Amino acid sequence: MITAERKPLPEIKESISPYKKLLIVGCGTCVAECASGGEKEVALLASALRMDAKKEGRRVEIREITLDRQCVYEFIDQLTALIDQCDAILSLGCGAGVQAIAEIFPKIHIVPALNTTFIGQTREAGLWVENCRACGDCKLDRFADVCPITRCAKSLFNGPCGGSKGGYCEVDPETPCAWHLIVTRLEESNRLDKLGSVQPPANWSKKEGKGPRKIVREDQRN
Amino acid sequence: MKPESRLRKILAAGQFAVTAECGPPKGADPEAVRKKGNLLKNCVDSVNVTDNQTGVVRLSSLASCAILREEGLDPVLQMVTRDRNRIALQSDVLGASALGIRNILCLSGDHQSFGNQPEAKGVFDIDSTQFIHLVRQMRDEGTILGGDKLTQPPELFIGAVENPFADPRSYRARRLGKKVSAGAEFIQTQCIYNLPYFKEWMQQVRDLGVDSKVYILGGVTPLKSVRMAEYMANNVAGIDIPAEIIDRLKGVPSKDQKKEGLKICVETIAELREIKGIHGVHIMAIEWEEAVAEIVEGAKLLPRPVL
Repeated sequence: MITAERKPLPEIKESISPYKKLLIVGCGTCVAECASGGEKEVALLASALRMDAKKEGRRVEIREITLDRQCVYEFIDQLTALIDQCDAILSLGCGAGVQAIAEIFPKIHIVPALNTTFIGQTREAGLWVENCRACGDCKLDRFADVCPITRCAKSLFNGPCGGSKGGYCEVDPETPCAWHLIVTRLEESNRLDKLGSVQPPANWSKKEGKGPRKIVREDQRN
Repeated sequence: MKPESRLRKILAAGQFAVTAECGPPKGADPEAVRKKGNLLKNCVDSVNVTDNQTGVVRLSSLASCAILREEGLDPVLQMVTRDRNRIALQSDVLGASALGIRNILCLSGDHQSFGNQPEAKGVFDIDSTQFIHLVRQMRDEGTILGGDKLTQPPELFIGAVENPFADPRSYRARRLGKKVSAGAEFIQTQCIYNLPYFKEWMQQVRDLGVDSKVYILGGVTPLKSVRMAEYMANNVAGIDIPAEIIDRLKGVPSKDQKKEGLKICVETIAELREIKGIHGVHIMAIEWEEAVAEIVEGAKLLPRPVL
């Protein structure tokens, strides 16, 4: 999933300060799963902003809605009926959600309330970890299913570097060393010979070759 | 006269090589480089110049090497993949050779978060092993990545580093083997304090037959004080300083700890010379280049051979 964290309240307050009628738009997919932009978080943010406005004697009209997906037109369309009643949208979607809404409603200012962080996994309650950089050229099978691009701080293809200590990374001693995981997983399954040959340089053009990437699937187009 | 790698010649002649590290200044000061170079000039074969080590901005390694070359030294250009993509790396490799630099040490580099530019984007387009392979391809095949021909290939003696003391230890000898198969011709190791473990690692290296394919220079760093030893032991990943070494420093009054540190260093070199597969020593006297002459003399490695 895409993970995100809510921006600090003072930053959000400053971004929305010119507006009197605000529509807060959540997203029920990834950012709901990581508890940053779902229905519950929309309600929490709305009440925090209302309370804050009341305390400071400002008049702000705040409405709330959470779409199933903020990055798909069919769902964004639910905003059409509401858009005339607000002078800005505060989006609790990921960066893709914010931009998707902005594309459909070009005249209204969309303010992001989240910092989109990474593609990751829910490891346990309240803990999300990054494990994919969407390089466009997955080679996980070569690395015991541990992504060195994402999980090694230096994205080494032929690691480990000299800074691996007790299974952890010197850059962040709370982060497991990806290469320690790769080597031990291969050792334990007698597959260490997989690391014998030098891995050639990555083809980063699949990640950033010509700017933003797109996927075109003729079979999916009407 | 056509420049040649003095380091390569020393090693090829079967001499025990001595190299030292030289950190460039934090400013555009060529004299600082010359001064350090001249401290090292007659007591080592080659001088290894760090490339923005620990992610701290300094005078460029390439420029420093060019200055040392002018001073008549044989520089080893450290180049990290942290700060340059493959276009810049290949370009600088050509530039180094054109400036008469004849040795290169290929590293990934300390992570940018450790230095004074923690908000920098780490490049890491390729890693150190891929970089070794690339320089070897440029030199031996005269081509760059993608196959385009060079009008003139670079002339470089190609080195790499290995840390026997980092984890997972069981994989370290094989990792060295990988760098050698990528094309490394000489290796500098991380600083050695735990000699018994280092000897075990060298046994693994020999068992893999890697020692016959590469020149290995053992790394040493003289300890200045108990504080420095404890700091390194506790805070620097991949540094293994056994308690006996720290106790030995603690056993002398603080004013004599520097002397004791030098003594330990000299003794380590003597032991390294006895290990099969060790072809030289690399002295990393961090901001203490004055100590190098004393260490080399103490280790009875002076005068350096004239080739």
